[in-house]
Amino acid sequence: MSLVYAGVCSHAPGITGRADLCENTEKRDEFYAQLDKQRQDIEDSGAEALIVVAAEHFANFFMNNMPAFCIGIGAEYQGPIEDPEWLKISKTAVPGAPDLGTRITREVMQTVDVAYAEEWKFDHGIMVPLNFLTPNYDLPIIPVNINCQGPPLTPLHRAWEFGLALRRSCDAVPEKVALVGTGGVSHWPATPDSGKINEEWDRRFLGQLMRQDKEAVLGYSDQETYAQAGQGGYEIRTYIATAAAAGGLGELQFYTAELPIFAVGVTVGRFDIAA
Amino acid sequence: MSLYYLQKFLYVLNRDEGAQKKYQNDLEALLGDFDLTDEEADALRKGDIGLLYVLGVNGQILMHYAAFLGIEWFDYLDMMRKGIEEHGPVRAGVYTMTGEGESFTEEEKSR
Ligand SMILES: [Fe+2]
Repeated sequence: MSLVYAGVCSHAPGITGRADLCENTEKRDEFYAQLDKQRQDIEDSGAEALIVVAAEHFANFFMNNMPAFCIGIGAEYQGPIEDPEWLKISKTAVPGAPDLGTRITREVMQTVDVAYAEEWKFDHGIMVPLNFLTPNYDLPIIPVNINCQGPPLTPLHRAWEFGLALRRSCDAVPEKVALVGTGGVSHWPATPDSGKINEEWDRRFLGQLMRQDKEAVLGYSDQETYAQAGQGGYEIRTYIATAAAAGGLGELQFYTAELPIFAVGVTVGRFDIAA
Repeated sequence: MSLYYLQKFLYVLNRDEGAQKKYQNDLEALLGDFDLTDEEADALRKGDIGLLYVLGVNGQILMHYAAFLGIEWFDYLDMMRKGIEEHGPVRAGVYTMTGEGESFTEEEKSR
């Protein structure tokens, strides 16, 4: 039928893995409540499948064969690849949507040269969002990846075009489809600077994103992003694709720089679906 | 060139339970599957997070490897800092340390 929901959220592994280390429990729980609201919004949309536009971290795609974009068309996925004790998410099987995923891929291919995969092991980049958004793992998932990890990275303007292609493909299928983009704004994860956050940069970028200021969000060079938002900032690609897919104005439902133990400017947002 | 295979080793180890078993039972055979320098192979034998970080291993696969080794979060951050103290700045890649190694979380400072 159409795209029925589009939103964004953070996926940093600390969100689950370091929940117990977090001292600002009030802010933490406020964030978890917003994620639960996002879960409710997805449920209320009647979505029959959830596309997760992710920025994975060398769990499947590596420099031996790195696609700019990939869509999962498998029947089932396993995750997390990480030590479950560390991530505080048990290893589980997640249902896929092979038929729907294949039809979406076919349509996306009309304008974007996308790779596809029947095998996919989820890392924290998908498992952390699913832990909150589909905690019973009962909604079929179509994983999507944009290369934010191994330079040369997918150009931002291509991420936008990819978002548009995903939207066209959702509108072309009879099912109701939800889409969540999960990435980061500024962060320096997996370095000794873990916890560093550039709040000003985050708020500017997220403001532009929510206003659908295409020129502004596509105007960030990788050098500028790296200098001001860290290598984690490369993950804005997933947010950009989501904004393009939705087409409508966004609402930043939650943002805080006050949970550095999670090692990212923690974000939850949603977009109107433009006609 | 070898940094690629060092990272490939960790990429495979992190995602493949078969490789994880081989790591536990026959590490030398697993190391032999990859084109590694002596320094790299030795860093893997020792689980030397600090040296691997300085050599330029992508932070995400290094983080997952540290989790696989059962290293606590703040210890892992310290190992990277000590690696820089001992071996100098990160030699390749984008996961460099931008500051002087200070902590960015109250949780760590109050530890
Ligand atoms: Fe990430």
